[in-house]
Amino acid sequence: MHMADALVSPAVGGAFWVAAAGTIAYCSARVRKDFDDRKVPLMGVLGAFVFAAQMINFTIPATGSSGHLGGGLLLAILLGPSAAYLTIASVLMVQALFFADGGLLALGCNMFNLGVFPAFIAYPFIYKKLVGREPRQARMVTASIIAAVVALQFGSLGVVLQTVASGVSALPFNAFVLLMQPIHLGIGVVEGVVTALVVSFIYQARPDILESVLQEKPLGKMPTKSLLAAFLIATVLIGGVLSWFASENPDGLEWSIAKITGSAELPETEHKEHAKLANLQEKTSILPGYALPAEEGHSEDSAQTASAERVGTSLSGIIGGTLTLVICTLIGVFLKRRTSAHPQQAK
Amino acid sequence: MLAIDGSFLDFKQLDLLALRQTPVHRLDSRAKVLTTLCFTICVVSFDRYQISAMLPFLIYPAVLMAIGDLPFGYIMRKIVIVIPFALMIGLFNPIFDRQVLMQIGSLDIWGGWISCISILVRAILTASAAIILVAITGFPAICEALEKLKMPQTFAVQLLFLYRYIFVLTDEGVRTARARQLRTFGKRGLGIRHFGSLVGHLLLRTWERAERIHMAMLARGFAGEVHSTRRQSHFGRAELLFMSGWISLFILLRLYNAPQLLGGLFTGTLP
Repeated sequence: MHMADALVSPAVGGAFWVAAAGTIAYCSARVRKDFDDRKVPLMGVLGAFVFAAQMINFTIPATGSSGHLGGGLLLAILLGPSAAYLTIASVLMVQALFFADGGLLALGCNMFNLGVFPAFIAYPFIYKKLVGREPRQARMVTASIIAAVVALQFGSLGVVLQTVASGVSALPFNAFVLLMQPIHLGIGVVEGVVTALVVSFIYQARPDILESVLQEKPLGKMPTKSLLAAFLIATVLIGGVLSWFASENPDGLEWSIAKITGSAELPETEHKEHAKLANLQEKTSILPGYALPAEEGHSEDSAQTASAERVGTSLSGIIGGTLTLVICTLIGVFLKRRTSAHPQQAK
Repeated sequence: MLAIDGSFLDFKQLDLLALRQTPVHRLDSRAKVLTTLCFTICVVSFDRYQISAMLPFLIYPAVLMAIGDLPFGYIMRKIVIVIPFALMIGLFNPIFDRQVLMQIGSLDIWGGWISCISILVRAILTASAAIILVAITGFPAICEALEKLKMPQTFAVQLLFLYRYIFVLTDEGVRTARARQLRTFGKRGLGIRHFGSLVGHLLLRTWERAERIHMAMLARGFAGEVHSTRRQSHFGRAELLFMSGWISLFILLRLYNAPQLLGGLFTGTLP
């Protein structure tokens, strides 16, 4: 599932943009350093293959609905982590631009959810470990299914956390998790089975393709320190963003934190941190205090008076909004007329 | 079957729109990419209960569609396809957020409904901005812009490869799907059983094609860089004007709720 621009806040979108771009830079450097120049055209063409494979649907047994290949884990199995991440990222970019699937600002979130988890978690720590040095078909099938399920569970958890931290949707963390994780368990199993089918076909037809990737020692060569550092930076970034928004969005995150820790209140020091962050947020936001007071309406009375005061401004908002729409449309129509009336000017 | 071909042709049409020659098509791609990004950030930075202040932002897609001579119906259709996901999540808002924010007569409007409509407006604005960006710029030019803005070269080369082969391979995928569909009866034969070998064969053909392409490219002196034959565009006065004009408009519209002020003129409730 793709995270959408409409649900993301600038801070969350920006933080994940930085994380995703950093990973792209790291992976590009790695692919370059390994001088695997044979891989670059291969990566591009395999990215295009994902779109081609998505044109071929299949019916999912027992449900009657149809599905198609997602492709993240398959790319990781065929190309190895770094090259696979770059390929997935480029596929997502095409989807964001051509289909507006996700959108520009949410692109970082999507690269993280659908790229980092299959390429850097599910493939090296689950698939490779389960398959071992010498691949056998049965083991590859089990490994692909488990790895696909894990990758999609992490990915959908990412969507939930990003949505809750953004605070545009009112869905509380727990309800959203209960909604998303089971759905993605199903999707993960289907993705795993399909990946396993394709992988075992390739294994029978051209085992050399799969073996050459497995023989590579990307994790052995990958310095553990820099991997740890990357995860640490990502954690700090994401944690920073989450706590930043916890101060602004108490009904979502703190509610779930209260559920997890068992206490409604966080320790005193945390509150100070929150106050500081809230202060920072106040300073950095373009127009502080502009937002409608969302927490005001806890008691019925204050909500009533607040809404009564707001009726006047709401009315002018509605009238003004309608006028704005009319004006925008008129400008568009006028310019369009001019453009088509003077085609030679446009040429 | 029509659906398979349809989605493919739809994809191709957006690419062809980028070949038009209008003033906005001729602008340097960096200006358009950065302006679109700025537009998206301004739109999503609004408070979750905001609707009216977002509406003036429609001016950007409206003007670009008009000057760029883009077919309105086609762009709208593409946007309608992507809205359901955001709306599906948005529809949970009225369930969880029931504080009364507004009253029209005796009708209470919950905050959830307002934020749900807000999500819908966000989805329309951001999706249209992304699609219009491709329609007035084209994918290779966007890659070029990102590369000039310091995107790693390996990634840029890889994106260009993806783009070059996407039409060839999708065409092959569509043909495979059509051939299978012609040989099936109803839903029989469309199951998961033969999917592996079908897609596997496609993958093998793709793999061998990639190897041939690479050989051919090496023979022609490929050294890790794609030289584009497009005319060199530079960041000139027109680009500066385009970017500064739009971005200052976005910031103004972000700071002042224009519809509120406009409505105030009529109802006389100006603050």
